[in-house]
Amino acid sequence: MNNIIKIAARNLRRYSRRTLLTSALITLGVVAVLLFIAITGSFKEMMVGQITDAMLGHIQVHRKGYLASIDNLPLNRNLNQKQVTKVKEILNNIDAVESFSMRIKLGAMFSNYTETTNIRLNTIIPEQEVRTVPLLPERIIEGPRKDVLLQKGEILVPELIAKGMKVKVGDSVVLVANNKDGSVNGKTFTVSGILEGISGPGGRDGVIHLDDAKELLRINGVEISEIAIRLKNINHLPKVFSRLKAGLEPFRDKKDKPIFEVHTWEKLTPFYNIAKMIDLMTFFIKIMLVAIVLVSIMNVMIMAVYERINEIGTIAAIGTLPGKIMALFVTEGFLLGVLGTAVGTIISLISIALINAAEITFNFGRQTDLLLAPTIGAGDIVTIVLIVIAISVLASLQPAFKAARMDPIAALRHV
Amino acid sequence: MSLVTANKLEKTYQIDDISVDAIRGVNFTIEPASFVSFVGPSGSGKSTLLNMIGCLDPPTNGSLQVVGQDITRMNRKQAARFRGEHIGFVFQDFNLIPVLTVFENVEYPLLMVQNRPAEERKKRVNDLLEAVGMGDQGDKYPSQISGGQKQRVAVARALVTSASLILADEPTANLDGETANRIINLMKKMRDEFKTTFIFSTHDPKVMQNAEIVFTLEDGLLLQRQTNNGWGA
Repeated sequence: MNNIIKIAARNLRRYSRRTLLTSALITLGVVAVLLFIAITGSFKEMMVGQITDAMLGHIQVHRKGYLASIDNLPLNRNLNQKQVTKVKEILNNIDAVESFSMRIKLGAMFSNYTETTNIRLNTIIPEQEVRTVPLLPERIIEGPRKDVLLQKGEILVPELIAKGMKVKVGDSVVLVANNKDGSVNGKTFTVSGILEGISGPGGRDGVIHLDDAKELLRINGVEISEIAIRLKNINHLPKVFSRLKAGLEPFRDKKDKPIFEVHTWEKLTPFYNIAKMIDLMTFFIKIMLVAIVLVSIMNVMIMAVYERINEIGTIAAIGTLPGKIMALFVTEGFLLGVLGTAVGTIISLISIALINAAEITFNFGRQTDLLLAPTIGAGDIVTIVLIVIAISVLASLQPAFKAARMDPIAALRHV
Repeated sequence: MSLVTANKLEKTYQIDDISVDAIRGVNFTIEPASFVSFVGPSGSGKSTLLNMIGCLDPPTNGSLQVVGQDITRMNRKQAARFRGEHIGFVFQDFNLIPVLTVFENVEYPLLMVQNRPAEERKKRVNDLLEAVGMGDQGDKYPSQISGGQKQRVAVARALVTSASLILADEPTANLDGETANRIINLMKKMRDEFKTTFIFSTHDPKVMQNAEIVFTLEDGLLLQRQTNNGWGA
């Protein structure tokens, strides 16, 4: 085999122009695909990171039916103390869980004493919330960044409401809400910060302390709308989701229906579809790469066989076995694939490093100055390398087979 | 024991509905270390006969033994292996691989056919290049040497595997008279040195004169077996 590789490498070296052109085409394809994967991957990671780390968490647990009516922010579908305790017990036994945060979601009237508007509120226990969605403090665009995100009696007002109602940090505002029995209650809050709005569900909610929400809604004991969960590693999501779901499945109501519902972030945000679309686009780009490699290698190898018919006749006549002739041409295709892929991978890695060094920023929706930070995983590189090399070999098979089956006499007569 | 024995050898080509009898029941034997020429006009069957002896083309009927083996029923793989082991070829157009140097061309059969170790290859190739007078041209490419030199390299390539039999189809057809003479003399020398049998097909009177045995073919029939006195057989 070494001898075949040696001869194939010699042939490629001697037909240098053809080798360079073909490997350049493969290189171009590899660079295009790896850069596309790196850049779209960066965008996807950033979006997923923003959604999970600034808002949703990785997994959420609700009472069954809550999500279907989430637009109403129903207070009669909260989890009670017993149910919350059960969820906590299970979560505390899963090592992959980094933290979890109890929330009450509610709708209220927001008044600055001259005007009133509707507001959706996310009520939290600040220590839990910051551990679960660590990017939340970074969304405070006005107001001091404090060690404790929020004290009792304070509110983080979403940017759009703050602008519309002309509310500033330090102002007093009043929240008025109906509890689940329909009685109305109001409470005064101090604006401690303005919260940047982000795309997606809950991205434009105001934030208050959970104890204030209980006071406002006159809740005695424990009532929780949702439990947001953060994992130590997002790659463990399917495993933890299954375990949590299996753990909560046995808890049933009197009608033998499940009490809990568990959702991953993917089910909670439409951005998952964008992420899926990016994956789909990446898949089609890979198919295009395969087509480029297949066509270029096949074309080159067909031409190589056609140009070297006489040579094939000679080597067959002097006793080269058909299998070796085939192996020789397949090896040439393989080496072209290896060469193109190696150069393409090196160029891609350098390009990714240069893009990162250039600190290019971009805007997405209302978010500005997002840093383009492309990265490429070893897994993606290995996949692309293997695909390209496999296709190179595959594309060489037909021309190589033709060469191996060639009648030596006819080949020797070929002019 | 004879090196080549043909008995009632026939070769018929089928071209659409037409059958062409290229060789029609020939019988001959060739002894080891002889210098043999098949002569005859174009279409007489010289090249067909050489192709059959060289295991490139199977006979239609009859038997053909080369180096003690019946080669009439060999499949492609067996035939290739047999050629690699026992037969060397010298072609009219030299058929050197253009992208390989002179050294690499001669080395090729040892590398790709016989899988010989590098040291042995180097020694064998250098010895043969010296023997054919191309010792100082090993690094050149075929495009950088003359026709006569190319044919010397082709002879070295044919001899490098220690073949018992070298088949040369019109080896001097593309060479001028003086160069052709030198090539014939070189092959004779090689025959003497390595005891290799050389079989030619030729139109060239010089090759005919120098052959020990001349077989004359016409219309696929062997008309005459002539022994040249100068080389006596």
